[in-house]
Amino acid sequence: MPQPSPTTMVPIVLTINGVRHELSLAPWVTLLDLLRERLGLTGTKKGCDQGQCGACTVLIDGRRVNACLVLAVARDGADITTVEGLATGDELHPLQAAFIEHDAFQCGYCTPGQICSGVGLMQEGHAHTREEIREQMSGNICRCGAYTNIADAIEDVIARQSASREAAE
Amino acid sequence: MNRFDYIRPDTIADAVAALAAFPGAKALAGGTNLVDLMKYDVATPARVVDINRLPLKAVEDTADGGLRVGALVTNSDLAWHPQIAKRYPLLASAILAGASGQLRNAATTGGNLLQRTRCYYFYDTSTPCNKRVPGSGCSAIGGVNRIHAILGASDSCIAVHPSDMCVALAALDAEVEVEGPQGRRIIPFAQFHRLPDHNPELDNTLEPGDLVTAIILPATDFGRHHTYLKIRDRLSYAFALVSVAAAIAIEDGIIGDIRVALGGVAHKPWRDRNAEQRLRGEPPSEATFLRFAEDVLRESEGCGQNDFKIELARRTIVRALMQATRGTPQDQSDKVVR
Amino acid sequence: MEALQSNIAHIGKPTSRVDGKLKVTGRARYAAEYPAADLLHGVIVSATVPAGRITKLELDRARAVPGVVQIFTHENRGKAAWLDRKWRDEVAPPGHPFRPLHSDRILFDGQPIALVVADSFEAARDAASLVRAEYDIDDFCTELEVRRPEAYDPPEKRSGIPPPPEPRGDAEDAFDRAKHRISSEYRINAEHHNPMELFGTTCVFEGPGQLTIYEKTQGSQNSQGYVTSVFGLRSKNVRVINHYVGGAFGAALRPQQQLFFAVMASLELKRSVRVTLTRSQMFYIGYRPDTYHAIALAADNKGRLTSIMHDAVAATSHHEDYQEAVVNWSGMMYHCDNVKLSYALAKLNTATPCDMRAPGASVGVNAFECAIDELCHDVGIDPLEFRRINFASIDENTGKMLTSKALLECYQQGAAAIGWDRRPVKPRSLKDGRELVGLGMATGMWDAFLMKAAAEAKLTADGRLEVSTAASDIGTGTWTILAQIGADALGLPLEAITSRIGDSTLPASPVEGGSWTAASNGSAVMAACEAIKATLFKHARAMTNSPVAQAEYDDVVFAGGRIALKNDLARSLSFAEVMHAADLAEITETGKAAPSLLQMRKYISYTHSAVFAEVRVDEDLGVVRIPRIVCAAAAGRIINPKTARSQILGGVVMGIGMALHEEAMTDHRLGKIMNHSLAEYHVPAHADIADIEVIFVDETDEKVSPLGVKGLGEIGIVGTAAAVANAIFNATGRRVRDFPITLDKLLA
Repeated sequence: MPQPSPTTMVPIVLTINGVRHELSLAPWVTLLDLLRERLGLTGTKKGCDQGQCGACTVLIDGRRVNACLVLAVARDGADITTVEGLATGDELHPLQAAFIEHDAFQCGYCTPGQICSGVGLMQEGHAHTREEIREQMSGNICRCGAYTNIADAIEDVIARQSASREAAE
Repeated sequence: MNRFDYIRPDTIADAVAALAAFPGAKALAGGTNLVDLMKYDVATPARVVDINRLPLKAVEDTADGGLRVGALVTNSDLAWHPQIAKRYPLLASAILAGASGQLRNAATTGGNLLQRTRCYYFYDTSTPCNKRVPGSGCSAIGGVNRIHAILGASDSCIAVHPSDMCVALAALDAEVEVEGPQGRRIIPFAQFHRLPDHNPELDNTLEPGDLVTAIILPATDFGRHHTYLKIRDRLSYAFALVSVAAAIAIEDGIIGDIRVALGGVAHKPWRDRNAEQRLRGEPPSEATFLRFAEDVLRESEGCGQNDFKIELARRTIVRALMQATRGTPQDQSDKVVR
Repeated sequence: MEALQSNIAHIGKPTSRVDGKLKVTGRARYAAEYPAADLLHGVIVSATVPAGRITKLELDRARAVPGVVQIFTHENRGKAAWLDRKWRDEVAPPGHPFRPLHSDRILFDGQPIALVVADSFEAARDAASLVRAEYDIDDFCTELEVRRPEAYDPPEKRSGIPPPPEPRGDAEDAFDRAKHRISSEYRINAEHHNPMELFGTTCVFEGPGQLTIYEKTQGSQNSQGYVTSVFGLRSKNVRVINHYVGGAFGAALRPQQQLFFAVMASLELKRSVRVTLTRSQMFYIGYRPDTYHAIALAADNKGRLTSIMHDAVAATSHHEDYQEAVVNWSGMMYHCDNVKLSYALAKLNTATPCDMRAPGASVGVNAFECAIDELCHDVGIDPLEFRRINFASIDENTGKMLTSKALLECYQQGAAAIGWDRRPVKPRSLKDGRELVGLGMATGMWDAFLMKAAAEAKLTADGRLEVSTAASDIGTGTWTILAQIGADALGLPLEAITSRIGDSTLPASPVEGGSWTAASNGSAVMAACEAIKATLFKHARAMTNSPVAQAEYDDVVFAGGRIALKNDLARSLSFAEVMHAADLAEITETGKAAPSLLQMRKYISYTHSAVFAEVRVDEDLGVVRIPRIVCAAAAGRIINPKTARSQILGGVVMGIGMALHEEAMTDHRLGKIMNHSLAEYHVPAHADIADIEVIFVDETDEKVSPLGVKGLGEIGIVGTAAAVANAIFNATGRRVRDFPITLDKLLA
């Protein structure tokens, strides 16, 4: 039976960190490689390229996802936030600041994925205890072993956010 | 990863036609397993049919009191869906025991059914594997087989199905809705996945061109008596060595309807309806459950490194059934097995 | 004096990483992240057999992939050195270094056999998957147990690795006569470093023979030396940069495959080339070798050690004699008059093993400390008490004095923190629900090295200081501590200091390893800063109407960007004033650190620790949880308690991995590692790590290094796996001697 010939280029539109990108891509380009190799957004890391470490975690339409397992063309129209898009100007996202404060990283390579995952976790709103934070962060491997500090940082920000919510109510 | 023809249909009919046109065509949903397999060159589809635009994202009530879950509902959305949490907490728990937050956000209901084994040899294209290359041999037999099957294996394949969600679906007697070239049909869950026999390249009973469009959850009421207990080599983000989905209806201190499905032990989620039948009418107790576990595992067989899984399965079944009986299902964040 | 108040001591103060903001915003660039014009992408093709020869390579399908530029194999490899010794890097063990694409010969599974270069990563990846090789397979063996009977004493010793000491006393006789004795065999499985960053190199082609190489390495100068030697390039034309290194744990001490390939392709194609290994390929670039440990110990009724015998066999490759100090620790952890130690190698058809966090000690001490726990059980003595009784106050292997050893404080503070008095005396006697509860402990030990290192410091008239040395920060906190040292040396605020590291053009540095960077490079930076102070003082004295004209160097302080008289702080000069008067825009000085050979004749230095673990084991299912670990370390002066604590946390987590999770699963029929992924090679995940407490006990050591620093990179892992295993014994009564302790070993 004859096989179909490979597609060449697929036009797509992605909004990345608030910037609209009109792209023409081969369908076998992953979102991770698109970010790193074509758009210069190397903050998103490649740690395994197989969905086994979480270093490539980005937020797609607000949800944390492993960018390495996403074919970019399949997310045509999506809104993507990478670690480069979390800070507002010079002001760090509270979780970024908490990571520095709690020394929640060493080599820094898993860090963007941990932070994006932590931001996604907080938006999901299902982690209320330290055990739940640890379980729900388990898709992000940190070989330097900063886990306790990462949990501290996330717990800290969740506590401050709920304190400020309560104060506002 | 090979180059491929990429098609993004808008209708189910177009998707089915696109899949049916070439036997090597693969449907792409969340991509969490297909893209993974493509990067390892285990899957080399000539055509990828991106089904993400299909209208398969709804969770709806069925006429007979059940729930129909569209194939593109993500694992996260399903696990945290209020109707699932309320009516099928066993399913929610099993989903949350699997993979990671990120993977569950991308992985879909249909894709979860179709995920392929984690057998080391299946994943390594430099080794013989009957599932990957029919007729090439099974390297896991006599090899590194710590995670392999203890039930229903064949001399062609000893791989296990890796899903957690499917174990709960097996216990719940779900159905799989499929759209194929010949139209729509419903496959009972027990008949969806298959044992390896002599053609382990087939994980399930789908025909070429078939597209999973939904799973259907029957109306069931196990009240408080259920649990999903997963035992693995680290406390999260690892595939099951053994898992147990258990649901029991206990009436007046006597076991009524009981369903027990095992994960990580066979080429498909494992259920033994005869053993379940034999348990009905008994009072729930550790001794009863141990007898049941031995019944379920009577034909279990190790292949060396995985021999321990028989004993582990025995103990996990008993503990899970005790959890279910007590009405204290395993909390997936709590690493104490109570 | 307000200006002088900025002279707060930075050394010893918990300080957030100066590179923190870059890392949390994704702006810290790692090797594979540097852009280059017309960049090509290389993907390596790996061998699929462990030994033999390539008989046929099929490249046509790969070449046909659009975008493929070139495919390199052993048949068309670019020009590289012929002589073996040209391929030896700074830390190479004795033997014949692996030379990629040197011939058709296969030395180990996963060996690179081709490089596909294309104009996109995707094209190179696709084409690489289409390369087909056929082999004549030779006999091979990847199983240490099989090769063990042929184990040998390596004829050539690896530089920097002391062989086991000569026996002392008569260990066998003492063993035979002892009241209490144990004899056990331990096995620790091969482990893989798996830093999070994939090994990558971006080689920027600047012109013929001229390269800027962004490289994942623990030693920019080691990589630079390798490239110039292998490719015959001039030193001044090759610059290696490794500003940020995404973990390494020893795996990036030696130049790895991707460096050779990126440079070779770049020189051949006269283009910039990036080569990144896959996660699977990282399982073939070196590993912590599997080891067997036969340990026999004896003690008298009072718990005094009377005999120690420890014989280890470790894996190495056929082409190199990789060596580590595995058994030496057993001769100096405790006082004992009768000691006999041996260490032998056995050759396997694998890649050469490679230093991995606390190489040697993490396995040798692990096995030994478990055996000590067995002996304590036999004697019926508390393991902590036993260790106090057998405290060694000198290095009994060499007879040298120790520059410091605050280990007793570690025992005391660690025991208090874990609540050691809760430990059930009888194993398997404490239960909580379905969980068996146990406590265990172990001693840890690692070298405190001072290596030769150089640094430069540059003070500018605007009061800014730059300190530079070709060190690497692999997550260790080096960027930050060098700034702290510079700040304190000159009495400047931390913000006024810029560290420069991770560049082969900077002053000479050893590779970042062995826990020696803080002591060595830190001391060199300190020396350079001291030289600046001397120069400033000289010029200050020479100024007309100088307030310090009559002062000696010891009479002044440097603080707040000023030189002031100690006894009259109001009388001072700003650095800017001094430099202006001397007509200097900047002052640049160099500094060096080196061990004192004279001192080394008499003294030796080690870092010590006491690790305490609480474990809970499900009585039926064997599921192990570790709710709490306490690591109390005596490591001399702690420059930055914040990053230092993280170093220990990291070591402990990797020790938990050794205890419970990590092992290469090899199919010895095929000679292949089968779990070559992060899904199936389990390292600890978030859920596995609960509470870890780190204690630094006070330890003043003026001899170990000019800064009094000992280093922390390895000590956290040493002893941790043993503490966990001993706690598992205490909880379950089950002594598992085969690591990792997966749940199947606790089921029976």
